[in-house]
Amino acid sequence: MQHTWPAEGATRVPYWVYQDEEIYRLEQERIFRGATWSYLCLEAELPEPKSFVTTFVGDMPVVVARDAKGALHAFENRCAHRGALICMQARGKAERFNCIYHNWTYDHAGNLTSVAFRKGIAGKGGMPADAKPESQAPKQFRVSCVNGLVFGTLSQQASSIETYLGADILRRMQRVMKGPVKVLGTYTQVLPNNWKLYMDNVKDMYHASLLHLFFTRFRINRLTQKGGVFVSDDGAHHCTYTEMVEDRSDAYEKGGMRSAGGDFKLEAPEILSQVDEFGDAVSIQILSMFPGFVLHQIRNSLAARQVVPKGVGRTELHWTLFGFADDDAAMTRRRLLQANLVGPAGYISMEDGAATGFVQRGTAAAPDRASVIEMGGDAIASGDSRITETAVRGLWKAWRSHMSL
Amino acid sequence: MQFLVENLHARYAQALDADRLEDWPGFFTEKGVYRITTAENEARGLPLPVLYCEGRPMLRDRVASLRHANIYEPQRYRHIVSSVLAEKISAQRIRATANFLVVRTMENGESTLFASGRYLDLIQASKKPLFIERVVVCDSRRFDTLLAIPL
Repeated sequence: MQHTWPAEGATRVPYWVYQDEEIYRLEQERIFRGATWSYLCLEAELPEPKSFVTTFVGDMPVVVARDAKGALHAFENRCAHRGALICMQARGKAERFNCIYHNWTYDHAGNLTSVAFRKGIAGKGGMPADAKPESQAPKQFRVSCVNGLVFGTLSQQASSIETYLGADILRRMQRVMKGPVKVLGTYTQVLPNNWKLYMDNVKDMYHASLLHLFFTRFRINRLTQKGGVFVSDDGAHHCTYTEMVEDRSDAYEKGGMRSAGGDFKLEAPEILSQVDEFGDAVSIQILSMFPGFVLHQIRNSLAARQVVPKGVGRTELHWTLFGFADDDAAMTRRRLLQANLVGPAGYISMEDGAATGFVQRGTAAAPDRASVIEMGGDAIASGDSRITETAVRGLWKAWRSHMSL
Repeated sequence: MQFLVENLHARYAQALDADRLEDWPGFFTEKGVYRITTAENEARGLPLPVLYCEGRPMLRDRVASLRHANIYEPQRYRHIVSSVLAEKISAQRIRATANFLVVRTMENGESTLFASGRYLDLIQASKKPLFIERVVVCDSRRFDTLLAIPL
């Protein structure tokens, strides 16, 4: 199938990008296994030497492990022999990894350390002396941490994680990761759409107060509030933030917007009460890293969201909500109450899966048509307005660059 | 006692399945707690809820938000509750567990098994028993698209 990008360029995204099997296959190769960094887990999930978790980078199953000396490694969860999963548990501790199929064994870095009956028994059977089973060994990742977030890349060409993110995004990431992390829990939201529709959604500041009425009803986040956006030079990553101010304006009411309406009051508003734990009066910060990672601070709710594609029209969103090891009981309770804001039942996030699913369904017969992404013109840059789709255009700039399309 | 607990389960399920969400907070005591979590988080000792309400005001806020703020496709639940076990732990309190399945049907007719799991309940015993605490432990960590209507 021959695809061409619309002549308008940055302000259009054709719908075939969300539908085409060949595009999906190319993305796995050129993006997820290409010169990009992917989120793997939190360091706090690997608290001790020899602990491990299993995860995904795109379609690839991955083991992340800490070796006996404490160093972090990540490798493809695929045995060199017949390709079976080496590790089938979600998490745990292990001296070594044994493939259950024929008991081939790997160390914590994913190196093949033994092949059962390699030399046969009593001089019979076994592999020839010049056999090279290591030639099919699981791929190993370069692993880097940013303040407790663990990232990996298969590319030797990819720049360091710090350079990949750029100074602005790195600083905003470190702002949230202020100390040793305590995991509060996890769950998975299954989205009925292509993975890029979720990343589009995260980078789309324009939708936040228009789709998520809970925000505007309670004046948590209206575009009339002070905020801004950072977009990395290559367009790949973004970070948007809103400052804590009481919004008493009536721009929404004057515009007759569906999300207007100030008469709605919570009986138990304590679920919204925020402590300014970062000391900068920012109430909401949403950060995305290309291709599939989101870090959020929504009041005192903090979470890592990992985007895992599961075919052209299906995506898993793995949420890990966390606090810090030195949180007191009141802060933990606050974070658990504010868990109501996010996730599949989140007051301000439940609609995202529905809206992106509507795009997948709405565009079913329109691969040759395109989204109009023209709020803020065709600019891809940082700024102090949030009535712009600048970060969405950034996503596509980065995507086209990696895909050579 | 067994009848009272099963009757409470039945009335709760019928209210949610008939879209009588406004009746839902009334199944709890004034300070009643409602929490949805997953078997994985419970097993790992992690406190994260998928949905968490403390007291009737918070339960009513959830209903008000579903009615007036949140946007979701029209959908219905069918609760199937079984294997109810109830044990009186004091004159005023009953501890009960039950299994549940929830089938979700969308407007286009698509029905799916949306959730399965256990109710872990602490019930205030009286002629009209109420939940002091209802913990909904879902067997799966996965939730399809969104969880709007309570389980």
